[in-house]
Amino acid sequence: MKKLAYLFVGMLFGIGMFKSGAASWFRIYEMFQFDSFHMYGIMGTALTIAVLVTYLIKKNKVKDFSGNPIDFTPKEKSVPRYLIGGIFFGLGWALGGACPGPMFALAGAGFYPILIAIVGALLGTWFYGVIKKWLPH
Amino acid sequence: MDLILQPWPWYVGGLFIAATLILLLFMGKTFGFSSNLRTMCSMLGAGKTCDFFCFNWKAQTWNLLFLVGTIAGGFIAYHFLSVEPAAVPLGENTVQKLNELGIESAGQAYIPTELFGSEAFGSLKTIGLLLLAGFFVGFGSRYAGGCTSGHAISGLSNLQLPSLIAVIGFFIGGLIMVHVLFPLIF
Repeated sequence: MKKLAYLFVGMLFGIGMFKSGAASWFRIYEMFQFDSFHMYGIMGTALTIAVLVTYLIKKNKVKDFSGNPIDFTPKEKSVPRYLIGGIFFGLGWALGGACPGPMFALAGAGFYPILIAIVGALLGTWFYGVIKKWLPH
Repeated sequence: MDLILQPWPWYVGGLFIAATLILLLFMGKTFGFSSNLRTMCSMLGAGKTCDFFCFNWKAQTWNLLFLVGTIAGGFIAYHFLSVEPAAVPLGENTVQKLNELGIESAGQAYIPTELFGSEAFGSLKTIGLLLLAGFFVGFGSRYAGGCTSGHAISGLSNLQLPSLIAVIGFFIGGLIMVHVLFPLIF
């Protein structure tokens, strides 16, 4: 039952990504050209709701569906890993026009060349693991 | 029904993302898609090459199910909730810039047929570009400890400064790619 729920939420996410154009290479290009409000509107709406809900959950110590407290793990403090890692991510995001979630939504929609990018993403992830100890964090 | 078949407005997209985050929180999980890439590397045996992939990936099964759901969602959205070719409406200005880059499918397709058409598999340049794009996304998201979902949505909604730094990085990279490198690539 729980397994079905994860599948269902993933499906909602995939539909939302695809139908809103967040999985479109064109929308990402347009965003980085500052030609349209569209992507900023998507992120802005999502964040406004998410910030508010996160605040309310913390303030009222809301429990999850199983009755456990909802935890928010703070991210480790650092600058180089977020900045340098982020820049690499941004270069790839703009070139392929898709971040990891949309890549899989596009694969499901049948745009098979995106599978090449998915293979690349797995190689990139693996490469990070291999050279991690030599990178500034 | 016609409204559903058309491209959805930005606020509906935002609602779906917020709903995803909130539902996962209430299921006791944190929204972060790129963790799946690490999990998949581990499943493929990357643990033999370095410790980073030696972890109990079975605890991430829920996220893999989420990923399978995302694939299904893309299938449903394209085949049942869109009218082919599901073209993304773009401003004239954007179409013109893309045409100048040689991307003629702007405004007539969901993603550029120049990069994602079936001919892509026959062009070494296209294969190389897609492979490189993916490589940067995979490398960058693990280095930064998260992608758009983990940082721009989960992290920022919890007001995490590291996530803001990562999102600034996403933008620096994206702006360099689109404004400096695109004219050299296309």
